Amino acid sequence: MIKRARVKTLKINRIDVSGKSGQTILQVARDAGIYIPTLCELDGLTDVGACRMCLVEVVGQRKLISACTFKIKEGMEVFTDSEKLQKYRKQILSMMFAERNHTCSVCVSNGHCELQAMAKKVGMNYVEFPYVFPHFDLDATHRRFISDPNRCILCTRCVRVCDEIEGAHTWDRMGRGIETTVITDFAEKWGDSETCTSCGKCVQVCPTGALSEKGVSVAEMAKQKEFLPYLKSNRDKK
Amino acid sequence: MKRLATIWLDGCSGCHMSLLDTDEKIVDIAKQVDVVFSPYVDTKEFPENVDIALVEGSVSSEEDLEKIKKIRKNTKMLISFGDCAITGNISAMRNLYGAEATVRRCYVEYDNATPPTEEIPALLERVLPIHEVVDVDFHIQGCPPPADAIAYALTELIADRIPNLDEITRFGK
Repeated sequence: MIKRARVKTLKINRIDVSGKSGQTILQVARDAGIYIPTLCELDGLTDVGACRMCLVEVVGQRKLISACTFKIKEGMEVFTDSEKLQKYRKQILSMMFAERNHTCSVCVSNGHCELQAMAKKVGMNYVEFPYVFPHFDLDATHRRFISDPNRCILCTRCVRVCDEIEGAHTWDRMGRGIETTVITDFAEKWGDSETCTSCGKCVQVCPTGALSEKGVSVAEMAKQKEFLPYLKSNRDKK
Repeated sequence: MKRLATIWLDGCSGCHMSLLDTDEKIVDIAKQVDVVFSPYVDTKEFPENVDIALVEGSVSSEEDLEKIKKIRKNTKMLISFGDCAITGNISAMRNLYGAEATVRRCYVEYDNATPPTEEIPALLERVLPIHEVVDVDFHIQGCPPPADAIAYALTELIADRIPNLDEITRFGK
């Protein structure tokens, strides 16, 4: 039986666009060449709206909504780059920087970091909230990898790739709000994890220097994310 | 002629090294400004009526605190110069442990010496980026900011224009 895609038309930034029923605002915007900033979203993983960078205004909605999780509707009007959104994105990004210790100059991911690049994209030249300076110890117990919570933005890409692609579900979140951390197994040392297959997918999808390979120095940790859409498309064919 | 001041608080002087790295461009800049205060000149007191002040480093001690307030009072355009000034950066890494632990580590644990109580300014409990203490008018990112970014930024600021550094520097550059 042929599945018929239902087409929906909507306006993004006053431009007429159309998408298939079930697509998100982000997908339709990308197809139309309209840029919406994202950090937690990654092609091949379920979208969760964790980072809030993709917040957009939808006419008739009182709250701002995340473009990566909100499905398109017929006749909807979306604004992706208003002054209000630009201001909020800077604030959201400022909070990510303020909540942890992202010391870019001495980070393994310096120059390859999506968080650092995002600061440029949204024009965040300084952090407008007081820095929290929390104290996190890094976990270097794994044979090949290091977890440094000081650089984590809680995007949960590691959690999702481990669960959805590798099928191990070693990673998960613990705690709430600013206290949240990502953990391995039951908040045990990564090196002691019985579920971790040491595949390294979490390291490669991590947008910052929070997860890295051992043996790399400052600015050497370039991530390879290409495997993910490749794996996903091959699996979708089955 | 614009009155330019440069100063470092809790920094490594790397940003000032990068300023010198502007090579021959520094000659053009020097022709357009009167350098009224700097580690490179011999004035001891931060002067009044400064047009542009490049402030490297973060606010880490009682002395830094006094200095930055005076700089703000006497300066039209205060520039956070480099990552330590803007984010705390390396200087602020001690915030994970606190001032007392830092002093103990440096003096007692490493050298079995008594931490000084005179002559050296007392550390603030927390290292702060400049904009958490006083208003900042412009930020030049980088650790250190590349020489080209500094030369371009200064040239523009001297001409009363706000430079766009998006393409030439960033945090950690």
